[in-house]
Amino acid sequence: MKKVYSRIESITGNVITVKASDITYGELAEVNTRFGVSLAEVIRLDNEMVSLQVFAGGRGISNGDEVMFLGHPMLVSFSDALKGRIFTGSGEPRDKGPALHDNLIPIGGPSVNPVKRIIPREMIRTGIPMIDVFNTLVKSQKLPIFSVSGEPYNQLLARIAMQAEVDLIVLGGMGLKYDDYLFFKDALEEGGALQKTVMFVHTAADPVVECLMVPDISLAVAEKFALKGLNVLVLLTDMTNFADALKEIAITQEQVPSNRGYPGDLYSQLASRYEKAVDFSDSGSITTLAVTTMPGDDVTHPVPDNTGYITEGQFYLKGGRIEPFGSLSRLKQQVNGKTRADHRSIMDGMIKLFAAYRDTLEKKSMGFQMSTWDKKLLKYGELFEREMMDLSVNIPLEKALDKGWEILANCFEPQETGLQSKLIEQFWPQKA
Amino acid sequence: MTTTKGSVTGVNGNMVTVRVDGTVSMNEVAFIVLGDKRLKAEVIRVRGDLVQTQVFEMTKGIKVGTPAEFSGEMLAVELGPGLLGKIFDGLQNPLPEVAEKTGFFLEPGVYLDALPKDTTWSWTPVAKIGDQVERADTLGTVPEGAFVHQVMVPFGLLGSYTVKSIKPSGMYTIREEVAVLEDADGASYPLTMMFEWPVKRAIDCYAERLRPVEPMVTKNRIIDTFFPVAKGGTYCIPGPFGAGKTVLQQVTSRNADVDIVIIAACGERAGEVVETLKEFPELIDPRTGKSLMERTIIVCNTSSMPVAAREASVYTAVTMAEYYRQMGLDVLLLADSTSRWAQAMREMSGRLEEIPGEEAFPAYLESVIAGFYERAGIVRLKDGNKGSVTIGGTVSPAGGNFEEPVTQATLKVVGAFHGLSRERSDARKYPAIHPLDSWSKYQGIMDPAWVGWAHWYLERGSEVGQMMKVVGEEGTSLDDYVIYLKSEFLDATYLQQNSFDPVDASVSPERQEFVFGRAVRVLGTSFDFKDKEAARGWFNRLRQMSLDINGIEWGCDAFTEADEGFLSFMAERATGLDQKAALILESLE
Repeated sequence: MKKVYSRIESITGNVITVKASDITYGELAEVNTRFGVSLAEVIRLDNEMVSLQVFAGGRGISNGDEVMFLGHPMLVSFSDALKGRIFTGSGEPRDKGPALHDNLIPIGGPSVNPVKRIIPREMIRTGIPMIDVFNTLVKSQKLPIFSVSGEPYNQLLARIAMQAEVDLIVLGGMGLKYDDYLFFKDALEEGGALQKTVMFVHTAADPVVECLMVPDISLAVAEKFALKGLNVLVLLTDMTNFADALKEIAITQEQVPSNRGYPGDLYSQLASRYEKAVDFSDSGSITTLAVTTMPGDDVTHPVPDNTGYITEGQFYLKGGRIEPFGSLSRLKQQVNGKTRADHRSIMDGMIKLFAAYRDTLEKKSMGFQMSTWDKKLLKYGELFEREMMDLSVNIPLEKALDKGWEILANCFEPQETGLQSKLIEQFWPQKA
Repeated sequence: MTTTKGSVTGVNGNMVTVRVDGTVSMNEVAFIVLGDKRLKAEVIRVRGDLVQTQVFEMTKGIKVGTPAEFSGEMLAVELGPGLLGKIFDGLQNPLPEVAEKTGFFLEPGVYLDALPKDTTWSWTPVAKIGDQVERADTLGTVPEGAFVHQVMVPFGLLGSYTVKSIKPSGMYTIREEVAVLEDADGASYPLTMMFEWPVKRAIDCYAERLRPVEPMVTKNRIIDTFFPVAKGGTYCIPGPFGAGKTVLQQVTSRNADVDIVIIAACGERAGEVVETLKEFPELIDPRTGKSLMERTIIVCNTSSMPVAAREASVYTAVTMAEYYRQMGLDVLLLADSTSRWAQAMREMSGRLEEIPGEEAFPAYLESVIAGFYERAGIVRLKDGNKGSVTIGGTVSPAGGNFEEPVTQATLKVVGAFHGLSRERSDARKYPAIHPLDSWSKYQGIMDPAWVGWAHWYLERGSEVGQMMKVVGEEGTSLDDYVIYLKSEFLDATYLQQNSFDPVDASVSPERQEFVFGRAVRVLGTSFDFKDKEAARGWFNRLRQMSLDINGIEWGCDAFTEADEGFLSFMAERATGLDQKAALILESLE
């Protein structure tokens, strides 16, 4: 039996209060406003006063509107029919397809038991040398892409989505510009990856509460697919919008803010989403890549800062390239010893030389004279930036390693590279 | 047991308000009864007949009117044989057993016995019938791994008792009665090998607390020599993300010279715990020859597990540490990270609508942190033996800025500060403990005067380095430049240590003394250089030789040979030895 109440006691921001009995914490309700029906979730019980967060926002709600409690928490339909479909943050179709109602599953489920986790062991190939060679992405890893607004982070995500060797992609868009939403749709369609993609998209124009549902709904679906044996890649963009939505709701509810207005549980909120990344020992896996825009390129801003403490490294996108410094994949050691004998040495050696190039660049800008060694470094740096760092470079790992040797041979004598003589013998390109 | 019951009147996040029909006590355990599930909660505020509780699980599904039951007991842990080698969550649920029951996920409301109830232990009685005993007196012993586990009179039994009966040697489970005590009034107390103790009360069954003076060797050069930790002392490791806090804790948990290590993974990544979980059973503890896991207890409440249990987890860990201290053992508790624990308090404080302190942390943050670290200590037990609990906590300051409440509150109460710096970790200088910012109030394996003498070079070297950034190399005198090179040498070959190198990862105190002697010799010797270029080249070679030596096994022929090479290389340029250095070398040799 569904209970209907026709008197709303208070409306503050997106939160309404209704006098009702026998209501469950976390339950959903439908609010019938003159603009249509919106979902709402119970976020507080205080005797008979029930506070609900209205997904469509509080604007235009009248205190005479009807509230109908549904008797169940937020659910999402799960089946293979999800593939290729696009939904809103509350699970309604955003494409022209039919609404799905069968096999409903709850979202925001319990955490994985740490003893059932396994040490990550497989790399995910992306065809981007800055990732594959220098900061390898590993199955079940959770990695944010730190970037300033204006950087091509969505292009990068789309590329990884199309090239990564995974069975399924779940894309969660939060506060996406409509253009960006269309870009993802078109890019995936052109790349032929749309059929293995499920999209939950909240655009910047949609009500802010829906933004909060996107990570949970995306990860709940991803988790089910992973348990069915699929390797799932979850792309979330942009988690800073998610955090800002949390902030907005917390402030409306008169919670005490902790740091720059963000709620005190920001860390736990982010962690409970990121920690869904997992490799089920005898089943599939979830790998999470999430864009985190850094206001003012400030890595100590609460959102990137808390994220950095949770995730297993970060890709730092700057100037349209993945920066070798500041980027880190904490799990790369687990896999890059098993790819090719020269992988680790090339990774370390080339970065050391690149660091030396940056120093030289600084010296040069200060007007110091360039030695022969400096000139070699300048040539090397330029080649490295063009042939390795540029995001348009698209080659498999082995080719990228060969390219690395080629660049080195082009600029240096073997002993100048600091690489082991054994490797040099094996891999140094012979000049024709 | 009280029979207080109640029903829910409000839910806000994991805070649930209950109207009760009887007496309740602060911090008592309550259960919210949700169908066949019972969700554990703790009373955190009492106002008239309204009681606010923090629930250790997700609160979805609770209604106004949902029944609640009160246990009459404070949140407690089970103490008895069988704790070692276990992996618990913050409420002492054994996670592997939970996994057997519920599979991949941690379903709410599943609570299992912390100690295996069917394992039999080989019991040897110590007390005799007619003996007068008090709390914490030993009744008998059982072997547990490499240790003799003392079965004690429960710490909660105050006053004096007579042993009325005691079981002879044999195999018993912890469920079976092993002794009966009788008090002055003739009431009898049947006892098993286990009992419970509330986690938020410190165990104080010792004769006296002593001053921590004996160093706790971590086999980490920069810690043991420069910023030592004493057995029974406290230290903290603050640092920004990626500075290597967790790696440093992992290395310490492997190499620390203590009997038992308890790791409290509090609100951090699950993946990091997994490494410890999978690797420790494979590693051999050089002290006992058994697997490292047999001396380890892991309390694991990672970031996505319920936040209220995170708050409890550090107390669960420290209570078990205190229990083993009662047996005369040295216990090291590593808490990673105390910031997450403080944040759990902040979340709860916010829900209670308390007036916030700095950065919305509760006003009692400092006293709670102080209370936790004060549970460390070295004590003399009633039987004359000594036992210790050492606490090392990491701190994850927001933005890597140490001027934040948790770091500052921690610094007030700890005895040593190992501050990690982003600058050093970016330069791949590990462990990234900053040699100029860090400090320790404990006595290490080396005379503080010697350490101070060596430390001067680090300070002076850093000054010269700063100056050189402004005036360039050409504006620096050769003498200053050599001091700079010496400080860099000390940094690269002594302060930095490769935790992935099988030899360099753990350095015994004898070897540290020896290598320190070599470093003192380098620092105190005056050299003859033509110019800075020559000095730099020479020091580069010296550094390389020294780094090579760090990778050679201690005491073997190759080591002696390399060391001789090092000395003769040095002699080529040496023109004299500083007086102070000569004195240090004399007492070292």
